[in-house]
Amino acid sequence: MSSQVRILTFKIDDRDVSAREGETILEVARENGIYIPTLCHLEGLSSTGACRLCIVEIAGRPKLFPACVTRAEEGIQVITQSERLTKYRRVILELIFSERNHVCSVCVSNGHCELQNLAQKLGMSHIHMRYRFPSLNVDASHDRFIMDHNRCILCTRCIRVCDEIEGAHTWDLMGRGVDARIISDLDQPWGESETCTGCGKCVHVCPTGALVEKGKSASEMAKRQQFLPYLTLMREEKE
Amino acid sequence: MNPEEIQTIAANQRKAKEQVPHHICVCTAAACLSVHSDEVKDALSDEVRKRGLEKECKVKGVGCMGLCSKGPLVSIETDGALYQNVTAKDAPEIVEQLGQKPVKRLKCSTKIPFFQNQKKIVLENSGVIDPDRVEDAIAAGGYDALIQALTAMSPPEVIEEIFASGLRGRGGAGYPTGLKWSTVSKAVGMHKYVICNADEGDPGAFMDRSVLESDPHRVLEGMIIAAYAIGAEHGYVYVRAEYPLAIKRLRTAIRQAERLGLLGKNILGTPFSFHIEVRLGAGAFVCGEETALIASIEGRRGSPRPRPPYPAESGVWGRPTLINNVETFANIAPIIRRGAEWFSSIGSEKSKGTKVFALAGCINNTGLIEVPMGIPLREIIFDIGDGIPNGRSFKAVQTGGPSGGCIPEQHLDTPVDYESLSKLGSIMGSGGMIVMDDTSDMVEVARYFMEFCLSESCGKCAPCRIGTDQMHRLLDRIVKGKASIHDLELLEELCDVVRSTSLCGLGQTAPNPVLSTLRYFRGEYESKLVDVAEAVKKA
Amino acid sequence: MRIDLSRPSPPSDDKRWKMVSASMRRHGHKASSLIETLHTVQEAFGFLDEEAIEFIAASLRVPLSQVYGVATFYHFFHLKPPGEHACVLCTGTACYIKGVPKILQALEEEFHLKPGETTPDGKVSLMTARCVGACGLAPVAVFDGEVVGNLKPDEVVQKVRRWKNDES
Repeated sequence: MSSQVRILTFKIDDRDVSAREGETILEVARENGIYIPTLCHLEGLSSTGACRLCIVEIAGRPKLFPACVTRAEEGIQVITQSERLTKYRRVILELIFSERNHVCSVCVSNGHCELQNLAQKLGMSHIHMRYRFPSLNVDASHDRFIMDHNRCILCTRCIRVCDEIEGAHTWDLMGRGVDARIISDLDQPWGESETCTGCGKCVHVCPTGALVEKGKSASEMAKRQQFLPYLTLMREEKE
Repeated sequence: MNPEEIQTIAANQRKAKEQVPHHICVCTAAACLSVHSDEVKDALSDEVRKRGLEKECKVKGVGCMGLCSKGPLVSIETDGALYQNVTAKDAPEIVEQLGQKPVKRLKCSTKIPFFQNQKKIVLENSGVIDPDRVEDAIAAGGYDALIQALTAMSPPEVIEEIFASGLRGRGGAGYPTGLKWSTVSKAVGMHKYVICNADEGDPGAFMDRSVLESDPHRVLEGMIIAAYAIGAEHGYVYVRAEYPLAIKRLRTAIRQAERLGLLGKNILGTPFSFHIEVRLGAGAFVCGEETALIASIEGRRGSPRPRPPYPAESGVWGRPTLINNVETFANIAPIIRRGAEWFSSIGSEKSKGTKVFALAGCINNTGLIEVPMGIPLREIIFDIGDGIPNGRSFKAVQTGGPSGGCIPEQHLDTPVDYESLSKLGSIMGSGGMIVMDDTSDMVEVARYFMEFCLSESCGKCAPCRIGTDQMHRLLDRIVKGKASIHDLELLEELCDVVRSTSLCGLGQTAPNPVLSTLRYFRGEYESKLVDVAEAVKKA
Repeated sequence: MRIDLSRPSPPSDDKRWKMVSASMRRHGHKASSLIETLHTVQEAFGFLDEEAIEFIAASLRVPLSQVYGVATFYHFFHLKPPGEHACVLCTGTACYIKGVPKILQALEEEFHLKPGETTPDGKVSLMTARCVGACGLAPVAVFDGEVVGNLKPDEVVQKVRRWKNDES
């Protein structure tokens, strides 16, 4: 096999862009400073295409495509902004807000929350549907961290970072559908988990106030995600 | 064994059968079993033994005869008589009348449209052969097509034949089967897989279960031919754990086929080898979606992943994988045996062959039917199905289960094919057909299907996970008279968003029952709405 | 924390564990045999308890949370012991149209019993199935493995009451 990488050219929002074969539309867009909203995606982790906020149109195709997992193709015309996309993204965001209990003003992540930022960026000031108001617990059994299921949006970043980077696989998802919930080990209190190394990576990749450090009051919890590209880079160097 | 030995088995079996003048066939598929056809069978066997007629009369269990609402069904092969609602007490009379006038009291006419208007390809052996005996299947032409493919056809010729037949996937979407096979055959990779999707999850659909219970060898034969065509060595049948009888018969069939060298190493003495394993589903409708099914076979949560890559390129264990459903595989052997031209002469222009439907709900003849594609819905419901019971009138027929829609009276003359049904806002689906009479509340029907999608959503993607829940809540409010026009507008908006943005087919089609009932029965929704102020008060 | 890296021995010398171990061995202790193994355990013990899940996780070397995640994803698996008797109501479309909701309502009114629950005396578990494929007999229930069709709400209520009173 040839080690040469094919270069593709295509268009994003009428701009000519080029990509290495295998690159996703999202990667190419970011290289070119074109904004596509994302939520479950995080560079350095595998992509799942689950939150659906990064959907884009490709001219001539009726379906929508999640940019984070759709690979670039020669000659396609990608559209990242349209009336339809704006509406869909806004409604999806509303759905996410309606699912659990996201009350920004009292949240430790207020001002540092990716969900909140997206709402501002996409111009979502209020939601048109009813809140579900589930009653979910807060797991404060860990020495240093708190898991508040009320703020969780099931993006599964914590599961992925724990499995793919830390290698502990303490977190997973139990149940399904709207009843799905993040669990540690056998759905036991986090503090009793035998597999958790206490590394805190999950806390820092969490986009909302679901996973936070203890002792923080409202608006104090800023996340540091720089470790992720660093770890990925250092591992690649070693190989 | 080599092909000649298989043919000898067939000949011997046929000869043995000819020596017995009477065959009493008792349906032992799930529906008849549930009304104790096993007791009927035992009683008939006892009666035959008591009268010392073992040489002249054989009692055998067979698969589904179709008319489930009249079960237990018993047919007398030589006389052509069919008996309905048979109980163990009827055994002496039935045996007494063998070869003479049939028992009038129990007789079910086979001249009725239910039998006359059907066209059987997939079900040709259902209700005729004993599903537990491979010899019976072989005598009825089973594995002839495999012998033909392996000895006289190259893999590309097999694919060409399937392609030319115009067969389309019977799981619901109607993707051309030949094209799928050809894609997988061209995929680069040493190890390829064939998967039979028997995770029949639509509520109200039992076609695949019936085929597996009645003629499991036909499905295996289709899979083996597919494996030969695409170059696969391993296969899985992914079957619902809720179907214990189908699983048992399938496992028996696999063992029998292996014993005869029709499955396993060096099939029929050729260099071609193929192994089949049974994998059990565990109660998750979403596993009918092919990437979720693959995740489940790999032992994981049945969550779908975005496509591409398609399974044809990267399926089980990242290998090229062919996935077809039970009914699709059941069509393969007849196509090879009788040719693509014969098959494509049946059906309509774009939908070839026949389709098996499970007919249920408010209809006189419930059961399993097989009809040529293109037959009008009206003929299925009023001729084959014999119309609506209890003096009620027809309101709608639901096809495609939770991914489909409700079709009203004015469209009953529509021919049943993939394109026509989707034009009406429904889909062909896997073959569930539920008839509703004028007592059915269509908003409640929509709520029922949404409740189904909500509880079957895997929860991976946000629009489906939360959207189905929000839509269900809105439908519930409408049913309970707590919703205003704003709620209906929001429901329609959510239908659009969930359909367009969900990750997999479950979410993308979940709004269909709502959209189709809104299209044809909007008045029923509107009549339940209250004004805005009242809706707020009731919130 | 004590971690044992060898394959664990069964939680007890209950003979049923032999079946479970044999099933895992047959699949080469592959992680992909997780669902098959859960089926085997449930068939042998009637449900999956924590002990069983821990044993399977350690034997197949699948993370604990993943086994728990799989066991709770699939509705066929039960994490609680079933009641002495099982009443499975079909909620397929045909049964729905023909009145299963009324039966469910009757059971809830009479016994406060909802699908997925067991009566406090441990006598009867109520479950629902997504179509048992006997649509011609709708509405249908499966009472301890026996399919019964054309049901009315009070017939089901009486059946459950007889079970609770230890009559058959």
